[in-house]
Amino acid sequence: MIRFDNVVKRFDGREVLAGVSFEVAKGEILAIVGPSGTGKSVTLKHLVRLLTPTSGSVWLDDVEISAARGRVLDGIRERFGYLFQGGALLGWLTVAENVALPLRERTSLPDAEIDARVAEALAAVELTGAADRYPAEISGGMQKRAGLARAIVRRSDIVLYDEPTSGLDPVTSVTINRLIHRLNRERGITSVVVTHDLQGALLFADRILMLKAGHVVEASPPAAFVRSANPEVREFLAAQFITEESYLQMKAIYEKEQ
Amino acid sequence: MTITREPPYEDAARDWLDELRRRAVTAFSSVGRAVLLLAESLACLPGVLARREARASFVRQLYAAGIRTLPVITVVGLFTGMILGLQVGLILMRFNQEYFLGAAVMLTLIREMGPFVTGICLSACVGSAMAAELGTMVVNDEVAALEIMSISPVRYLAAPRIGALLAMAPLLAFYACVLGVVGGGLVAYTQLNVDFGQYMSSAVAIATVKDLFVGLLKALVFGAVIGAVSCHQGFSTRLGAVGVGRATQRSVIISFLLILALGYMVTRAFYLEFSL
Repeated sequence: MIRFDNVVKRFDGREVLAGVSFEVAKGEILAIVGPSGTGKSVTLKHLVRLLTPTSGSVWLDDVEISAARGRVLDGIRERFGYLFQGGALLGWLTVAENVALPLRERTSLPDAEIDARVAEALAAVELTGAADRYPAEISGGMQKRAGLARAIVRRSDIVLYDEPTSGLDPVTSVTINRLIHRLNRERGITSVVVTHDLQGALLFADRILMLKAGHVVEASPPAAFVRSANPEVREFLAAQFITEESYLQMKAIYEKEQ
Repeated sequence: MTITREPPYEDAARDWLDELRRRAVTAFSSVGRAVLLLAESLACLPGVLARREARASFVRQLYAAGIRTLPVITVVGLFTGMILGLQVGLILMRFNQEYFLGAAVMLTLIREMGPFVTGICLSACVGSAMAAELGTMVVNDEVAALEIMSISPVRYLAAPRIGALLAMAPLLAFYACVLGVVGGGLVAYTQLNVDFGQYMSSAVAIATVKDLFVGLLKALVFGAVIGAVSCHQGFSTRLGAVGVGRATQRSVIISFLLILALGYMVTRAFYLEFSL
């Protein structure tokens, strides 16, 4: 569905992505992990053409995203929802107005239909009670959920998450991770999640892709990822005190609670 | 117009000639982008006024540019007229020509000082706030979020702001002129013993439709410049909070310089070949 084909990205000669290639299948949750400054968010921004590759290409089905312009680009972006680190809500609009924004600005749906879809999206992220509040009046976790509601209100089939749990307490982080998982399972949303939260990623992702210094060092399902012999993966797992045993225990608890 | 998220161009060259060339290219490309932004915003304006939500945003910007600037314009306009009245009055009194004080204050205000002080106030109060607000939105990824939703940031954010400045700048300039003339009259009457009626009749007699037209045209041009420069600087913000500060500072400096340069050019275009 999504294909990154040998993408190189340089900023003023500094190479951030050094020939990154991977694919994301329809309905899959791919978690991109790795140390800070390895190009995770840069990778995500290429998917919606907020950045363009220095060389290489990015594809959505048979359309090259990295070369898209005008209406073609608009058409591609219609298929994506994007959750930014801070939610990126507009401060002068209420939560409901923020969620309704893409529908009001980009569709000719009647008000009643828009209101119904906004209510549905807010219910999906369990934020119905905050519809009339302004972003500054709600917590960081609620802002992220509101951002997620806006990302799914267009019924996009792909959602990109940029650090969805950064800056959140562990309980809220788990709530967000479960939400990502649930949206994927219930709506078949293809998800690409950039995260530092490796524990969470191991639980909800179908595949973990690890970037380091602009290179893909590992791309495998969680069970294989925790068993990987790659020294860089082992170092990354050790830094977060994750072993194969602890992963299996977490997985068992997570599945029991699902 | 695409608001790119590429980081700023930083040339490693140390040679001063390269640095000079780089700065010149950056300055020209910046002006070019601001002009494109202005053109695209003007093209979007009818669409903005046609949509209910966008109209609400436009009204918000009218309030910010007009009503909230009113106290500053009131004080600045009044005192500009008072200073003009005092300085010119003292000179005219030496030649026993204080009858012409009203005419001198009126012409100076309507042709130059009214639009000029309005432009300066709008740049400092409204343009800087626009640059800071848009810059913060860029830093917080709100502008990127709009782009991903295929909502043009130029149409959604810049057009209502530039439109509001275009609408309010001439009105505020006219208001500043009226207050300035009244301020000059107060000084003439209380400090220089000039009859207020005589002052006003001299002021009203000298002003022509052309003077009013040129004055309002200048204000319109200044409004466009302030809007385009401030929005462009806001959209070009990089490097977090520091970048927002820089963008705000640049928007005010560039607007001031352009107000001075364009003010001269408009005056030259309309008055050079004509006598008073």
